[in-house]
Amino acid sequence: MSLLRLVALIRRTGTVAEPAPPAPDPLPAARPLGGSVQLRHVDAGSCNGCEIEVAAAFGPVYDAERYGARLVASPRHADAVLVTGAVTRNMAEPLRRTVEATPTPRLVLAVGDCARGCGAFAAGYGVVGGVADVVPVDLDVPGCPPEPQVIVEALRRVTGR
Amino acid sequence: MTAVQVGLLSQVVLAAVAVAVALVVPAATRAVVAGVSCAAVSVAGAVTGALAMAGQAGSIRLPVALPVDPVAFAPDRLGGLFMLLASVVGVAVAVYGIGYVSGPSASRSSWAALAVFLVGLQLVAAAADVVSFLLAWELMAVGSTVLLLADHARRAEVTAATVWYAALTQLSFALLLAGFAVLTAASGGTGFDTIGSLRPHSAAASVGFVLLLLGFGTKAGLVPLHVWLPRAHPEAPSHVSAAMSAAMVSIGLYGVLLVCVRLLPGGPAWWGVLLAVLGAASALYGILQASVASDLKRLLAYSTTENVGLVVLALGTSVLLRASGATDVADAALTASLLLVVSHAAFKATLFLGAGAVLHATGERDLDRLGGLGTRMPWTGAAFGVASLGAAALPGTAGFVAEWTLLQALIHGARLGDPMVAVVMPLAVGVVALTTGLALLTFVKAYGIAFLARPRSTEADAAHEAGRTMTWPMLAGAAVVVALGLVPGPVAAALATTVGAAGIEPVGLGGIRLTGLNALLDPLALAVLAAAVALPVLVSVARAARRHPARATDLAWGCGGARVSPRMQYTATSYAEPLLRVFDDALQPTRDVEVTHATESRYLVQRVEYRQRLSDVVEVRLYRPVIGWADRVGVQARRLQNGSVHRYLGYSFGALLAVLLVVSL
Amino acid sequence: MTGQAILVAAVQVGVVVALAPVLAGVTRQTRARLEGRAGAGVWQPWRDLRKLVAKAPVRATGSGWLLRVAPVVLLSSSLLVAALLPLVGAVSLPLVPDDLFVVVSVLLVGTVAVALLGLDAGTAFGGMGSSRHMTIAALVEPTVLVAVYALSIPVGSSALSLIVQARLDSSAVIASPVSLLAVLALGIVVLAETGRLPVDNPSTHLELTMVHEAMLLEASARDLAWLELGSWVRLAALLGLVGNLVAPWGIDTRVSAAGLLLGVAALAGKLVVLGGLLGAAEVFLAKLRLFRVPELLAGSFVLAFLAVTASYLVG
Repeated sequence: MSLLRLVALIRRTGTVAEPAPPAPDPLPAARPLGGSVQLRHVDAGSCNGCEIEVAAAFGPVYDAERYGARLVASPRHADAVLVTGAVTRNMAEPLRRTVEATPTPRLVLAVGDCARGCGAFAAGYGVVGGVADVVPVDLDVPGCPPEPQVIVEALRRVTGR
Repeated sequence: MTAVQVGLLSQVVLAAVAVAVALVVPAATRAVVAGVSCAAVSVAGAVTGALAMAGQAGSIRLPVALPVDPVAFAPDRLGGLFMLLASVVGVAVAVYGIGYVSGPSASRSSWAALAVFLVGLQLVAAAADVVSFLLAWELMAVGSTVLLLADHARRAEVTAATVWYAALTQLSFALLLAGFAVLTAASGGTGFDTIGSLRPHSAAASVGFVLLLLGFGTKAGLVPLHVWLPRAHPEAPSHVSAAMSAAMVSIGLYGVLLVCVRLLPGGPAWWGVLLAVLGAASALYGILQASVASDLKRLLAYSTTENVGLVVLALGTSVLLRASGATDVADAALTASLLLVVSHAAFKATLFLGAGAVLHATGERDLDRLGGLGTRMPWTGAAFGVASLGAAALPGTAGFVAEWTLLQALIHGARLGDPMVAVVMPLAVGVVALTTGLALLTFVKAYGIAFLARPRSTEADAAHEAGRTMTWPMLAGAAVVVALGLVPGPVAAALATTVGAAGIEPVGLGGIRLTGLNALLDPLALAVLAAAVALPVLVSVARAARRHPARATDLAWGCGGARVSPRMQYTATSYAEPLLRVFDDALQPTRDVEVTHATESRYLVQRVEYRQRLSDVVEVRLYRPVIGWADRVGVQARRLQNGSVHRYLGYSFGALLAVLLVVSL
Repeated sequence: MTGQAILVAAVQVGVVVALAPVLAGVTRQTRARLEGRAGAGVWQPWRDLRKLVAKAPVRATGSGWLLRVAPVVLLSSSLLVAALLPLVGAVSLPLVPDDLFVVVSVLLVGTVAVALLGLDAGTAFGGMGSSRHMTIAALVEPTVLVAVYALSIPVGSSALSLIVQARLDSSAVIASPVSLLAVLALGIVVLAETGRLPVDNPSTHLELTMVHEAMLLEASARDLAWLELGSWVRLAALLGLVGNLVAPWGIDTRVSAAGLLLGVAALAGKLVVLGGLLGAAEVFLAKLRLFRVPELLAGSFVLAFLAVTASYLVG
């Protein structure tokens, strides 16, 4: 795409982010984070439905970044571990390690019904259980998959903005 | 009798004692006694050198059983500097040797050769005429060759390395002999003062200059005459490598300086350009090879070529600028070359001694099999780290001061209207900059791969710290690197007086001021400023650490995986891979990738084997053809000697006939 | 004189530390707006830092002293650069002139500290980032020094305050081809040194494409905070320098309260403008393949070299 066409596209598009709904009640455990939450995403055995919704939550329309949430590349940088999917046998130990590798104070968010231990794969032979069966969970996000605005709302409870 | 005379005599006497001691003392106490004697020779040399450098005169004449005048030794200020340099390195090497040597390198002949080598180095710098210079030079060459051969019975590479070294040493000697012969014939005397009266713009001077430059360049390791360095340095015992790299190569540079400053000062501009081109080529080629080398000592050997290149580049700029009339800038460049020599001696001796300690502890010099030595060998790690910073020319070290002075001289050189200068200077700045950048990468790699991370082999895992006689010389070397880097002013001023350079003064807290160039560097003041800005950071670190103490986990972050094999780490080879790709054309590596497929399906890979070989391009392209040709000629010539008495009688008859014919004409 | 210089240096360090996270925020905010997002606001990097300092770091037992030391070294080296450069005032400290060679080598100290940090963890990504980082740093070096050389020719000194002063005195110098080429080359260098597009993508999450970020994967809490702040201060100081070379107006030359205030305001304005430009430019740029980066750097070297030769032809 040429430079001028890109400029024209940017001008035509303008801002696509939807106006922010009123802020939900902040989570007390997230208060020390002070409006900045770095998230490490762990796919513990998801069907990728939740991944698409998480990606949409961080896309331009819902723009979760505007509330101070950001996805990062290492749990060492993270304040919260965002887990999607039922925890499979092979992912139980890596999930434990990821939470262990996150500096305190830290939170664990279980996103989607599978992560809450009740989704379509809950009784599968390769599934250990929900996230709460492996590591302590601070916040649940229901839905199969949860809609982006629900995910954003949960993130806003963590960032407090 | 003057102090310098006493010093010179005691050097010679002590050296004779050291040789005798090394030959007589039994093996149990040999290392200690011989090491102390060698150190004593070097201490005497250091005192004499310091006195001569301070301007004290004195000479000794030793009669020899040759039909020439007695050999004369009378160090001038410049000679005194190099005698001091070689001797200080000698002390460190001798003390280090006490703890380091074992097996063949602890033999009678090795210790005796070390004494001969050390005194040879000192006497070269003290020689006052051509004959004594060449005699001392051969003493140095013989001593180093014997030392290099120490381990020949166990490893075939040692023999090959010694053959290369000996051949190039003799080439160097032949070139020096020819060069000095030309100058002696033209000036009518063998004394250096007599040669100094020669007009540098005469044809004889130019022929002599080129021959001597090549001769000394061979010893100093200039490209394309450097090929012995990457072979001899890795194969020699490490304390010998340190002496060869820090002292002997410096003596080679003393030769170049001797020619440019004392014998033929004020040479034409093209001498400067020749020096600068050779220096730039050496610096770039040396550091490129060093940056992709995985053998620690080979890396250091190539880095020696780089540093020698920088010295010669500085010297070349100085000659060029002097020829175009910019005396103040030329003086700064000349001082820069001396600073480079001194800083190189300090950090390279430390680095080679450190590499020796690593080799001693692990039996490995392949960086790809080292790692994690920083916690296992803390003192060696500290000394090696500081010396690496010096080699990478970071502020606070000797290397930085030297390169800063050189860069200041380079950017001020082009004020003049001379077009030659205007082209050479920016290119030289580019070369120095690229060299510095690559040196940074090289030494981050050398230190980071060997001393940080996790051990890549069981030998590295089981490493232990070296003994005190080994750690102290290394730590002393590191201390010198830092001291020269923080308080360079007095040193630079003293160095400048040895070559009669003006306009270099100490300033402030031991900084340098280049008065002609209006430039100033005070590293200690910079360090104070750095401490001032670091203080608030440290305070906040301490406060945060009190409130939120750190938590330890057992694993580094590996994406949740539990496979913690040290083989997953980057190695020296992989570290240099991007650079190798960028400079593929210049380095010409050969790579073999061998993929073994699983038996079930060819889409599954069972094993991948990657092999990469790097050879010296100059050696392959320049030396191999010559060696091949010489081999073929040798095979042809062998036919002349078939053992038949009749043929030999025929040769004699032919020779006699030829002589008679010539006489009768 | 000495007291005034120290005052200016202290003001510069304070202002740059305060502004550097805001600069990062401005860059991100501009990018977000151009991408149709709302953005987290320019103060978000400050919130990030405040939170990171209040966390308890996690350190693997294998990692040594470097994880503690390297972040402090990087931040201190960046602060030292901020103290040395003529940002708010063009007054140099008496024994420590703002010599560009010294500035460049102080920056290299930070570069080396981070590269060693990458190797220290003994992970695959750390070594990879360190290797790439040092390769780029090595290839950038010739451009930096030759660009310095080109800038130093008109004043006959590599002291930056003199260079900026000369540009303030005769603004014709700024628009000369020599200066334009040199500043352009320096601009590319700043992008490469601070890990911005097209050399490195600061917002990537994909380890295999990382350069700078890959070395920090092991750092957490305050260790990470110093590393982040250190890189931001480095970016702010270098952009401030470029700003003062292109538009030296507003910089304080005879230290006074009003002059300092004006200098701070001018620096803040230049940083906001340059940060916005940087953010906007990054929307239009893609990351170069690692093995194409040398071509970019060779190109910038040619620009710098042309600047030097042009200075002999033109002036």
